[in-house]
Amino acid sequence: MPQNTTIAGAGASRPRVEAVELTKRFGGVHAVKGVSVAIAAGSVHGLVGENGAGKSTLSKMIGGVHAPDGGELRVDGRPVRFASPRDALAEGIAMIAQEIALVPARTVIENVFLGLEPRRAGVVQTRELRRRYAELEARTGFGLPADARVGDLRTAEQQKVEILRAIARDARVILMDEPTAALTIDESRRLLDIIRRLAADGTSVVLVSHHLEEVLDVCDAVTVMRDGALVRTGPAKDETPESLVQAMLGRDLELMAPAHRRPKPDAPVVLEARGLRRAGALDDVSLQLRAGEIVGLAGLVGSGRTEVARALFGADRLDAGEVRMGGRRLRLRHPRDAIRSGIAMLPESRKDEGLLMLRSVRENASLTTVAQLARAGVVRRRAERDQARALADRLDVRAASLEQPVVGLSGGNQQKVLFAKWLARRPTVLLADEPTRGVDIGAKRQIHDLLVDLARDGMAVLLISSEIEEVLSLSHRVLVMRAGRIVEEIPGDVATEENVMRAAFAPPRTSPGAPST
Amino acid sequence: MSTTTTEPTAAAAASRGRRGLIVRDYGIVLCFVALFVALSLSTSTFLTERNLLNILDQSAPLGIITCAITICIVCGIFDLSTGAIYGLSAVVAAKVASSTTPDVGVAAGVVCGLGLGLANAVVIHLTRINSFIGTLATGIVFRGLALLITGGAIVTVTDSGFRTLGRSELLGAKYSVWVFVVFFAITAFLLARTTFGRYVYAVGGNEEAARLSGIRTELVRGACYALSGLAAGIAGVLAASRTASAQADLGTGLELSAIAAAVVGGTSILGGEGAVWRGVLGVLTLAIIGNGFDLLGIDSTYQLLVQGVLILSAVAADQLLRRR
Repeated sequence: MPQNTTIAGAGASRPRVEAVELTKRFGGVHAVKGVSVAIAAGSVHGLVGENGAGKSTLSKMIGGVHAPDGGELRVDGRPVRFASPRDALAEGIAMIAQEIALVPARTVIENVFLGLEPRRAGVVQTRELRRRYAELEARTGFGLPADARVGDLRTAEQQKVEILRAIARDARVILMDEPTAALTIDESRRLLDIIRRLAADGTSVVLVSHHLEEVLDVCDAVTVMRDGALVRTGPAKDETPESLVQAMLGRDLELMAPAHRRPKPDAPVVLEARGLRRAGALDDVSLQLRAGEIVGLAGLVGSGRTEVARALFGADRLDAGEVRMGGRRLRLRHPRDAIRSGIAMLPESRKDEGLLMLRSVRENASLTTVAQLARAGVVRRRAERDQARALADRLDVRAASLEQPVVGLSGGNQQKVLFAKWLARRPTVLLADEPTRGVDIGAKRQIHDLLVDLARDGMAVLLISSEIEEVLSLSHRVLVMRAGRIVEEIPGDVATEENVMRAAFAPPRTSPGAPST
Repeated sequence: MSTTTTEPTAAAAASRGRRGLIVRDYGIVLCFVALFVALSLSTSTFLTERNLLNILDQSAPLGIITCAITICIVCGIFDLSTGAIYGLSAVVAAKVASSTTPDVGVAAGVVCGLGLGLANAVVIHLTRINSFIGTLATGIVFRGLALLITGGAIVTVTDSGFRTLGRSELLGAKYSVWVFVVFFAITAFLLARTTFGRYVYAVGGNEEAARLSGIRTELVRGACYALSGLAAGIAGVLAASRTASAQADLGTGLELSAIAAAVVGGTSILGGEGAVWRGVLGVLTLAIIGNGFDLLGIDSTYQLLVQGVLILSAVAADQLLRRR
């Protein structure tokens, strides 16, 4: 039920932003139901909940993206009404969305000051612009090159540009929606440091995140939402990951993946790669996958994990190296060659590389098998439907019907459709790149169970994940990559966050593996 | 607005989207039926067998081309050379028919269209130019070839057998109408029911996803260019046969009419969505508007205004509904 709680941040009394009984409906869906939250000045305020809990909608109402249907928004105690993000910005509220909204072809400095350029008679005052940029840099210490093209920067750096942009607009409240979703652990840590520094300077930060550890680590206060309603707001120090999960779900759920059987030591090697090289990406990578084995591939983003999967799948050209399956050397000129040999790959981005967003669940699920489902080039529709239905049932895809376009499904269900598309081929090797990214806790658990089941049935799984807990809890063996090489192999039962991360980072004197700025 | 896929708005967007989708999916059908009924009631001449068959006959060349262009657009490519292929095929058919027999001429025109389509596929695959610019350029080359062949003059065919295709009737309708109907049926089936059709949707909807699903995207695209060339060849031959003549500038701007008709029918210009019947409905809608203007005796200047506005509203509706 709605309640009104103020959590003092860095010594402030009146909340900077206050949501009072905010309500939002989308058609028949009551997305946010009378939620009241107060954000203190200079505090970091976490907003957690499952996908669909309404946390993004709430933050978008505060950021002026959505207009509330009911309730009131107050800034410094004054009621305000935002018709657009621009109005919110005028009150010092800036929003950094999940999708970065920068102009990729323009430079950092142009993006930071876009629309704010100091000008005289329409001519931009370049020197003044540079002076202001230097000021910002001095304040934040990001070390971003002013003249780099934003499109050439890594995601973490683009986020810094967004933050600079918010500060340049004198934002006193910065809303961040899943800012660490695309970052490595190291980059996330740095971002959290930046958030702390912003708060210490008096900026309030609202952090929407699935990463409970991160929320507990950096936030002063946490608000939990469930089904559009407020569960509670309280000091972060009173919460634990378990208490938050329970509040989010309304029940207990084990955070750890299920216990699972190790493959037999004499299980055959199904896939073997030797000496894979690709300029600038892979440097002499060799690995083996056994039947029934889940091998975790850990490392920082950019260390070459995705490139290994793409190389094994024939998606990128190799400069050298060979891939063997069952002892037979594969000629990988096109993903088609890998697919025919029994390899499947769940790509890193389901939206960009995996799904036909506007097509139905049925068509997506049959994309890799449509040739087998056809007679003389004509798709047998009943066979196709039966296959799609069987897979959707097995994977618990929740869709209105098999004909629903996948764009309307939740992240977790989209990911399941991606699994369906590949399981339809009954592969012997599954390369799973970030299989649970942007998926809610319930679906994540289901995907973990599925991976364990597939391995138990004899599939060899290569698991790539930026979530170290996921790699540790599922893998029989962990391979750690750094700068395009596999630098360490750690058996699953002795792998810990510490020894994996130590291997992932370069020795202190060089540190080439750390993301550069 | 990627969050609409994961956040609570998803369900809402779905229900609201569904209403929108009905408008987008069947807006053109409503529009066509409304026009059809209105013209049937307001004129005595519209709803006659002769007038309707006449509309079909006149729409046949554009209709055939639009069937293929729709598939190209779904596949994410534009073929701007189709008007030039139409013209060149007509010229080749007429030239060959004059020097040999009408049948050989007809075959030569069709093969010429198919060959030029394949040439497009090869050139664009090798140069990796964007299809829009690539076919714009090849189209200019094809038009140049047609001028070279004709020397700027009209090629006339004296053998009256050449006119059979364009003028003779079968079961009360012109051959051209039957060619149109059959071509429509084949291409519609191809896109909706075959693996090739699925690959076309996949390549147009998400090329990388298609490639990573094992689809040879360049072959799918190549087949679309070839199909488009074939359609333009057939249409060009029909046109030449109708007048027993051809000239180099035949079909100038036809590619744009075909794209406009496809879009009016509700095929998304962004690729990955659409259907052949939509393109045909687009052609027929634009055709009965023209016919209606004639029958009602309205100045044909207004016809262009109405057609332009219709195209704009079709694209705007697609954009608006997509944004949700």
